[in-house]
Amino acid sequence: MLVAAGLVLTACGSSDDSSSSGAPKSASFSGRGPITFAAAKDSSGVVQKVIDGWNKQHPKEKVTFVQLPSDVNQQRQQMIQNAETKSDAYTVLSLDAVWTSEFAAHQWIDQLPAGQFPLDKMLKPVVETTKYRDHLYAVPQSSDGGMLYYRSDLLKKAGVSAAPTTWADMQAACAKVEKLPEAKGMSCYAGQFQKYEGLTVNFSEAVNSAGGVVTDAGGKPDVDTPAAKKGLDFLVDSFKDGTIPKEAITYQEEEGRQAFQSGKLIFLRNWPYVYSLAEKSKVAGKFAVAPLPGLTGAGSSTLGGHNVALSSFAKNKATALDFIKYFTNHDSATTFLKEGSAAPPYADLYDDQALAKQYPYLPVLKKSILNAVPRPRVVQYGDVSSAIQQEAYAALNGDKSSTQALKDLQEALQKLSAQ
Amino acid sequence: MATRTPPETAADRPPGPASGRAGRPPAPEKARRGRKSATAGTGRMAALLVSPTLLVLTVVVLYPTIMALRESLYGTKGLDPKTGFISDTEPFVGLQNYTDIFGEAGARFWNAFWNTTFFTVVTVGLETVIGVAMALIMHKAFSGRALIRASILIPWAVPTAISGLLWRWIFNSDGIANALIGHQVLWTTEGFHAKVAVIIAEVWKTAPFIGLLVLAGLQVIPREVYEAARMDGASPVRQFWHITLPLVKPALLVAVLFRCLDALRMFDLPYLLVGAQKSSVETLSMLAQNEASNVRFGPAAAYAVVLFVYVLLIVLGFVRLLGADVVGDAGGTGRKKRRWASKGNRVEVPA
Repeated sequence: MLVAAGLVLTACGSSDDSSSSGAPKSASFSGRGPITFAAAKDSSGVVQKVIDGWNKQHPKEKVTFVQLPSDVNQQRQQMIQNAETKSDAYTVLSLDAVWTSEFAAHQWIDQLPAGQFPLDKMLKPVVETTKYRDHLYAVPQSSDGGMLYYRSDLLKKAGVSAAPTTWADMQAACAKVEKLPEAKGMSCYAGQFQKYEGLTVNFSEAVNSAGGVVTDAGGKPDVDTPAAKKGLDFLVDSFKDGTIPKEAITYQEEEGRQAFQSGKLIFLRNWPYVYSLAEKSKVAGKFAVAPLPGLTGAGSSTLGGHNVALSSFAKNKATALDFIKYFTNHDSATTFLKEGSAAPPYADLYDDQALAKQYPYLPVLKKSILNAVPRPRVVQYGDVSSAIQQEAYAALNGDKSSTQALKDLQEALQKLSAQ
Repeated sequence: MATRTPPETAADRPPGPASGRAGRPPAPEKARRGRKSATAGTGRMAALLVSPTLLVLTVVVLYPTIMALRESLYGTKGLDPKTGFISDTEPFVGLQNYTDIFGEAGARFWNAFWNTTFFTVVTVGLETVIGVAMALIMHKAFSGRALIRASILIPWAVPTAISGLLWRWIFNSDGIANALIGHQVLWTTEGFHAKVAVIIAEVWKTAPFIGLLVLAGLQVIPREVYEAARMDGASPVRQFWHITLPLVKPALLVAVLFRCLDALRMFDLPYLLVGAQKSSVETLSMLAQNEASNVRFGPAAAYAVVLFVYVLLIVLGFVRLLGADVVGDAGGTGRKKRRWASKGNRVEVPA
């Protein structure tokens, strides 16, 4: 059965008979006029500012900012509802990097002409998150990578000169720091280990940092390997020997940040947003960031970030395409960095001296993103993430051995990818 | 306990205040027949008058229910491996979603089913006791009563989602709850303590609701009844058991029924307080939401239908066994057989 049958859309008549090669064709981008941009609520106000800039230049093609709830799951739900009813309420969508495959496979978003965007100037791992089956379906707006926050004051006092690059180094540094009187009651390390998306991120990072993979280059699950076991074992053993405090099993981003700021942790894995908040806390001036450590060398972060895509059911697609170009261009990315502290997709911004002075974490973040591994790019991402959380949580809790958890996870992922 | 007494015999009716007053003397045979013929003409008029209501109910209740039933017979859209696109139509799978619930996903379903039932029984039980106590306190005339009433109602006024977040911080690893009990319990991990956390938060939020409805029931009890009891030398405890409780029963039953319905549908509190996919607190609503959020609307609808049937059975049980006066028809034509629970508590003068 030709999928093209399902392509007979109400909007723009983009139903060209797809050829039997199975390669999707780009929709025709026609129509100009007012459009909307749907994204999470923006507390900094920078999104509206960038949109205002566009509206000034294009009074006849005004963009309205539709603010969605700040909870990611609710955003996704609203966008899916909008797509299921084929509504044209949302024109341009701001998607979490892991949703691209799902939205593209359901044909909720249009394929975009890759040649019209400066993708070559962007960081490669970030661009990878916008593709589905090698076709471009979205354009990077911002990126995000994990970093290792550490108490530089205590490390210095304990005579540790540089931030650790391996897990063993980190534990050795902790052993030294914990001898200090002011480190009484502190734990070594924490991340996000509550049973939610953050656990998927932290588990994938541990596996990737030990040289393993969750899914291989072809998207096939390959998690039942010795390397992956070493990664998971780092987390499991750390919980056992107290390197990670036992309450960290309940930590999401915010709980970890609170613990770090109140002086309970020496090392913390978290996102860049923590930096500016920690600068205003008790540990201001006493901490620094480094790339994530790994088993034998630098670790790999998991990619976060947002991409913008074009809803298949929208009107005025020519305007929308121009707006996406404007919204993802170099100037906009600079504005997002300066006023919303969002990590830009453009490589050169990370090397800008003036910016690096203002945001000391930029060079570290660049390393983090360049070494980053995207989360599994699958259509059923929600199910995959659930399966990872299920098994990783059981292993961290001690309900399952790490060997058994990885075996079960491999089975679960294979079942999902067979669907 | 479920012995039915025909209304004619007041044999083993508990000594309620109305026992001396005889709930409703059965209307003599002739009069009843006469009334029937008198209302024959008004029946059609009545049907005409309630038809707009019925129409609205059909649109907002019946239609979505039927749509959900229909949706539950469809499966999930498949992925075409060649093009990588999801097909546009959902395949018709008949009852497969239901067989999957009781077969393939059986363990998870029954776990959620028992969680839902456990939460309902425990929370509603606790809420009833605490709610009645709150109502008695609010009912007492003493200075500062307005303040007490207002403060008791605060938890009910807080949206559940907000109270879920609130309690999550209370039950945090170094939150207030752990500071109070003096050692660290990780409330939001798997285990019985997670159930306890949900129950505490739920009872805190909804006991005031029962208190409010019971208070309304208390305020219509005439004072003379208590005065008479005092003259007869009944102790306060006896007064409570023999006067207050039977007279407040209709209001209490409705309150408990409403709470049961809410508790069976419990979703946001465990979801926000403990988290999704925690087997210790997963409820039936959470299963349905989980399917829907993964774009599997058929299975989600099937879960919702199963929950709907379960709730329906509970309501029927309430109305049949306990005679909860949900509709508020004190007349009760055609319901000649009624349990004592709803008898002897309607103080009415036979026309």
